[in-house]
Amino acid sequence: MSSYLEANARERLSLFDSFEEFIGPAQRVVSPHLAQLNAPVSFDDGVVVGRATLGGLTVFAAAQEGGFMGGAVGEVHGAKLVGLLRRALLERPAAVLLLLETGGVRLHEANAGLIAVSEVMRAVLDVRAAGIPVVVLIGGSNGAFGGMGIVARCANCLVISEEGRLAMSGPEVIETANGVEEFDSRDRALVWRTTGGKHRYLLGDVQRIVEDSIPSFRQAALDAIAEARGGAVELTLAGLEAEQAMLEQRIERFGGLREPADIWAALGIAAPQDIPMLDIDAFTTAAAPYRLGA
Amino acid sequence: MDWKVLANALFPGGHDIVESEQFLNGTARVDGQSVSVIGTTGHAPIGVEIALAQAKAVLATVRNHPGRPIVLLVDTQGQRLRHRDEMLGINSYMAHLGKCIDLARHLGHRVVGLVYDQALSGGFITSGLMADACYALPDATIRVMGLPAMARITKVPEEKLVELARSNPVFAPGPENYLRMGGLQAIWEGDLAAQLAHAIAEAPREDQRSALGLLRGGRKAAQPVIEAIIGGSNVRAA
Amino acid sequence: METLNYRFEQGRRSLSAEPRIVGVVSSGNLEVLIESTPLGGACEVGIQTAAVGFGPIWQAVISDFHERWQLADTRIAINDMGATPAVVSLRLDQAVESMLGEGK
Repeated sequence: MSSYLEANARERLSLFDSFEEFIGPAQRVVSPHLAQLNAPVSFDDGVVVGRATLGGLTVFAAAQEGGFMGGAVGEVHGAKLVGLLRRALLERPAAVLLLLETGGVRLHEANAGLIAVSEVMRAVLDVRAAGIPVVVLIGGSNGAFGGMGIVARCANCLVISEEGRLAMSGPEVIETANGVEEFDSRDRALVWRTTGGKHRYLLGDVQRIVEDSIPSFRQAALDAIAEARGGAVELTLAGLEAEQAMLEQRIERFGGLREPADIWAALGIAAPQDIPMLDIDAFTTAAAPYRLGA
Repeated sequence: MDWKVLANALFPGGHDIVESEQFLNGTARVDGQSVSVIGTTGHAPIGVEIALAQAKAVLATVRNHPGRPIVLLVDTQGQRLRHRDEMLGINSYMAHLGKCIDLARHLGHRVVGLVYDQALSGGFITSGLMADACYALPDATIRVMGLPAMARITKVPEEKLVELARSNPVFAPGPENYLRMGGLQAIWEGDLAAQLAHAIAEAPREDQRSALGLLRGGRKAAQPVIEAIIGGSNVRAA
Repeated sequence: METLNYRFEQGRRSLSAEPRIVGVVSSGNLEVLIESTPLGGACEVGIQTAAVGFGPIWQAVISDFHERWQLADTRIAINDMGATPAVVSLRLDQAVESMLGEGK
């Protein structure tokens, strides 16, 4: 079984039937900012972008390399994503797939990285406004954090594995700022209960959860694209008003709880302590009657 | 800067902005038209509640006042760093605010952001940076993260980062750097009301920031890469 | 960071595929970009490495690599983040094999 988690970005692209890279590593478009910090560069600045075929559809895709700088977004990396998204407005693929594995803004490029992530966010929403669905896949060991955790929730559909995480601030940052009592970053089980795939699936922040295999992600991506194309792709006032209500309810129902498993119990799950141990099939079955956003 | 002093300078025609737990909301007059004012003060940490309050105000503007311009006032220390916010999915709340602003823009509302004091990272990326254009006062501080935390995460010695933050545009927290990089449209001095009126009238429809970064010389790699991908060619160095 | 360059004349075997890249610039790892390009029959290897002061070891590893493959009209570019000689050799071989269409 080919693990999505263990695969690098280029290996994950094997979920497509074919892939043609835009601005490949041979062009050596590297970061202009890393040398001043004595940090090595990567010839693709940690992201592969291009045009792919998937189940007969032409799609655009990007895969972030979590191994390089934690997949974080620097000036060139961000520009590759923005270029891909802006080109999608011209070529109109069936969908744009973002294989995210990232800590967010690349701190080594600070200001340039922050503006870059903002441009990615705008560009993702422009693609949606053009009626082209955006699907995000999350399953790498670095998860999708920071500003890219925000970008992820700008997509039409998110697919995650149990190993994946989706959040804003990393647990270490929270622990450093507010103490180990606030968030013990070494408590892996707590980290996954708080930010991991199963919790996000139960909350309704991701729409599909799959086992850690490239074929599983491929199938889920195909399903997600088909489903997205069948509905409203662009943002609507009604849709956002509904999301507003959902997010208000979330605070009302769960804002007073300290432990994610208490949220699962509040949802109606009989044995929340068992959730982390369930395999994906057992989990999705157990979650089905109770998960939000179904 | 005290938000009330700012508001009086921005809206000599009058406003009814109130503050509620660091959340600013109200209506103001600019050049004879009404605008919605939404924002934060007190270097507010952006947690789930305040992100939602801002989003609610944006949606109310779109629902009840089609076409009304929106002014976002930014003063934040960044996202709130609490387990509870992560558990509830603060990234979703932030994305929601960003989406609401984007919807407003697409439906014809001009949206202008102004950093009048501090702007950090997550607190900024889904408000000011989602506007048609973002501006700042000369004394504003805009940064990604405090240097000690940055040093810990990047493993770059803090002394090195301090040195870079003094003069290197990538690290220095002044609005001049964001201006040069294209992140800000302009820095406002003098007649704030006039500049706001102008900003609303001239709000760009498309994201010009990468082009501005190249034009102004602060961010020279991004635009050529974007153009090369769009055009299917090799990257031409700036 | 340290930059190292090697050139070997009179290689025997040229490759004829599009450029390939293997590996990742993560701690203990490296990426190897391999391209066919006219070099008068030579093979050039350029290295950027975060591990400073290991020139002689690189010399040995790259020489062994050239012994093995005798590549001609080939440019290899490396971004290294402290990989061991064994990992370097592995990636170099993987790079060549990817050009030959062997392995994955």
